[in-house]
Amino acid sequence: MNGAKEWAAALPAVLLCAGAVFALIGSLGLVRLGTFYERVHAPTLGTTLATALISLAALIHSIIFETSPALHALLIPVAVTLSTPVSLIILVRASVFRDRPDLFGRNAIADLGRKGAPPEL
Amino acid sequence: MSSVLAWSTAVALLVLNLAMACAVFRMLRGPRAQDRIAASDNLYVNAMLVLMTLGIRSSSAVYYDGALIIAVLGFAGTVAFAKFLLRGGVIE
Repeated sequence: MNGAKEWAAALPAVLLCAGAVFALIGSLGLVRLGTFYERVHAPTLGTTLATALISLAALIHSIIFETSPALHALLIPVAVTLSTPVSLIILVRASVFRDRPDLFGRNAIADLGRKGAPPEL
Repeated sequence: MSSVLAWSTAVALLVLNLAMACAVFRMLRGPRAQDRIAASDNLYVNAMLVLMTLGIRSSSAVYYDGALIIAVLGFAGTVAFAKFLLRGGVIE
């Protein structure tokens, strides 16, 4: 029985490491991409795939090692999946509002995220 | 606790801490306010994943409640920051 549990623990271990690597890829995209409108896409990899994989690992771990399955760990991907698009779309709308052209049709702050751009506003 | 699970949670904690370091770098670097808000959003998501990994490591379901609270309150914080950028105030 103990050996079977040892082998069964490999499944949540693999899911956990895969989820952590996906979260790292999303955060690296946050560092490396060029402008804000590209950058805002990258962390959603962490909020969807990594959260789903790690909560699945938590559920399988609780089924294997504990008396009752931790079903409320499944509430977390539901909450994050529902809340992330809402918050990011409000954030992007705020960014579009800040990038609007001024009275003379110029858009002085649109390229602020790029290299060599004027300092931040 | 099995040894494969101990090793995998240690590796996952290390990787998630690297991800949090990336988010902190972007939050300090900027260059604009919405970049910092997106970075803080990513930071709380990674902190929530760290809490779930700690819950697996210690076989305790209490950590999942804390992760749920971080998920819900982090959403409220990001929406409040974005609303501030949009209007210059949170409550109108």
